[in-house]
Amino acid sequence: MTDQISNIAEKREMTINMGPQHPSTHGVLRLELDLDGEVIKNTRPNIGYLHRCFEKYAEEMDDYSKVIPYTDRMDYVSAMNQEHGYVIAVERMLEIEVPERVEYIRVIMAEMQRIASHLLGIGAFGLDLGAFTPFLYCFIEREKILDIFEKTSGARLLYNYYAIGGMIKDVHPDFKKDTNEFVKTFRPKIKELNDLLSGNKIFIKRTANIGVLPEKVALNYGASGPVLRGSGVEWDLRKNDPYSIYDRFDFEIPIGKGEMGTLGDCWDRYIVRVREMEQSLRIIEQALEGMPDEGDVTEGIPKRIRPKEGELYARSETPRGELGYYIISDKSASPFRVKARAPSFVHLGLLPAISKGALIADMVAIVGSIDIVLGEVDR
Amino acid sequence: MGMLDKKYHDSNIIIVSLEKALNWARKNSLWYEQFGLACCAIEMMATAASRYDFDRFGIIPRSSPRQADVMIVAGTVTMKMASRIKRLYEQMSEPRYVISMGSCSNCGGPYWEHGYHVLKGVDKVIPVDVYVPGCPPRPEALLEGFLKLQEIITGESVIKKKDEELEAVKAEIIDSNKNED
Amino acid sequence: MKTPEEIFNYLTNQFGEEDLSFESRDIGQPWITVLASKIREVSKFLRDDSELLFDTLMCLSGIHYPKEEELGVAYHLHSTKLTHNIALKVRVPESKPNVPSVESIWKTANWHEREAWDMVGVVFDDHPNHKRILLPDDWEGHPLRKDYVQQEFYQGMPTGE
Repeated sequence: MTDQISNIAEKREMTINMGPQHPSTHGVLRLELDLDGEVIKNTRPNIGYLHRCFEKYAEEMDDYSKVIPYTDRMDYVSAMNQEHGYVIAVERMLEIEVPERVEYIRVIMAEMQRIASHLLGIGAFGLDLGAFTPFLYCFIEREKILDIFEKTSGARLLYNYYAIGGMIKDVHPDFKKDTNEFVKTFRPKIKELNDLLSGNKIFIKRTANIGVLPEKVALNYGASGPVLRGSGVEWDLRKNDPYSIYDRFDFEIPIGKGEMGTLGDCWDRYIVRVREMEQSLRIIEQALEGMPDEGDVTEGIPKRIRPKEGELYARSETPRGELGYYIISDKSASPFRVKARAPSFVHLGLLPAISKGALIADMVAIVGSIDIVLGEVDR
Repeated sequence: MGMLDKKYHDSNIIIVSLEKALNWARKNSLWYEQFGLACCAIEMMATAASRYDFDRFGIIPRSSPRQADVMIVAGTVTMKMASRIKRLYEQMSEPRYVISMGSCSNCGGPYWEHGYHVLKGVDKVIPVDVYVPGCPPRPEALLEGFLKLQEIITGESVIKKKDEELEAVKAEIIDSNKNED
Repeated sequence: MKTPEEIFNYLTNQFGEEDLSFESRDIGQPWITVLASKIREVSKFLRDDSELLFDTLMCLSGIHYPKEEELGVAYHLHSTKLTHNIALKVRVPESKPNVPSVESIWKTANWHEREAWDMVGVVFDDHPNHKRILLPDDWEGHPLRKDYVQQEFYQGMPTGE
């Protein structure tokens, strides 16, 4: 009798497909899952559904500055940080310095974009798990940031605001007042978000002890940003390898401590993002105080951008992790080779390692906690 | 009942053609299929969120193509994705509409020149009803696109039109019979 | 924390001078050119040695040099414990573009090497899943080569205007 029952209940493995069109808001990603019942044995991510030939464009455009709108469109959620990374790389190749006012404006824009990106990441994460209200709350706050960006640069999402050697135009006259007001009104909202999501029992049950990423695995797979910090490694490029003027500011690096479960689970990665928003507010306040009022932001822009022969790898910290640009120049007006090392590409590569033994519903939580943007993965 | 209540004081009887009633019902509850590809998807999400609200027009997102009326193609269509879009379009049930949002799905967008993997416009694989320009279009522009779609639906006819070819062939036969007589 | 020159001297002490060479240009960062067949040994040493401890491969890129008819692979390594960086390069001829894979040493290289094969055409030996990653499986050609001509139609769809 028991033999017959065990024959009936034998394991059946099947392969199912998740995507490329699915209600999770992360974009066109296809996951092939090998299942045993509801438990995942293996994952195979299939990407390339948004491959838009960025590297070919960087070679074919006849000027270094014409590549900047294409860098925007790689990680469209945090466009200012993408431009910042590219502009730093080219300025290091040209060996030029930018004026003080430009540096302060760049840092303020980058940190505001970091807050906007984390708001979208957290809102979408909640939406994936079934919480619709935090999504709406996060988007209201995000709209306030986008208002400031629109007044300054003219666009809501893809700005083309940074230029090599400066910015294309100065900030609008009410910039300091608007940003100060935003900082004042946003601080209590972080507490509101914590009340809604972070301490919620259902949220904790769905994210704690799931998708655990140990430290050694994270470093071997090349993780960076909140994914690495969620596993307890204190590594932030703004402090450990400072670029621009980040060494003048006083801020902390939040890391995951395994408060709700295991160290390196989805909850840790989520809470690192929430605490980073608070630290970004600190940086913005200090930058607004120290920003010089005088200075022309367009005076440092060179008329001809023709670096000498050489190559460079420059990296910066975006809300998703370490963004690197590897540029080879051969003395002509356009680069010989540009390679963009996107953090989401690397993080998606470690998905098979952390999702063994999870359920299908947990897969949604894991993908949401890594916070990928498909434009960056496929470039 | 709002405005309709004030229009007819004495009795609650409205006389209208069947076409107009059906079109009015269909255009005010367009359910779109959540299908964001790239940057325009973020603006589509922003349109559905708190400030620019989709829901006040009766537009809500549905995850499956079988439950949707409209497909908003928001973002760049690549060669790898084009066959999947065609399949999703075929899975929608009629009457179905397509809104092409953003420059990339209108005509290839900023990737028109050297983009080897980009399909220059989604209308090369599926028929499109409304094109919304912009890179990315503002939420207000997308709402205008939906209002234009509502105008198209208002002018539609549910009743079968006369099959003109068949009528022409019939008329020819009748003429030739008359000439023989 | 070591400078690139010190790392190069340390490596030549271990591996000798024939397979390695130190190069730099007017601007930018210097790099160490390694013979293609030795890249796996050198990488293992770089990762495991206690004075170097390069535990992260930041970036792996494929490059096409049309004038010399060669393909190149660039490795950018980084150490979180000792905070130093180094760049390595490997050059192989276009007619036989085989490079040993470093996937067993740094798992990041799995996807990066697939992308280098897809875009430039470098063949990585002993890679567990040597297939295209970004482009469809039936695409013809390697787009980031300088002499790439795109195909006119793909599955019936025009790739041009």
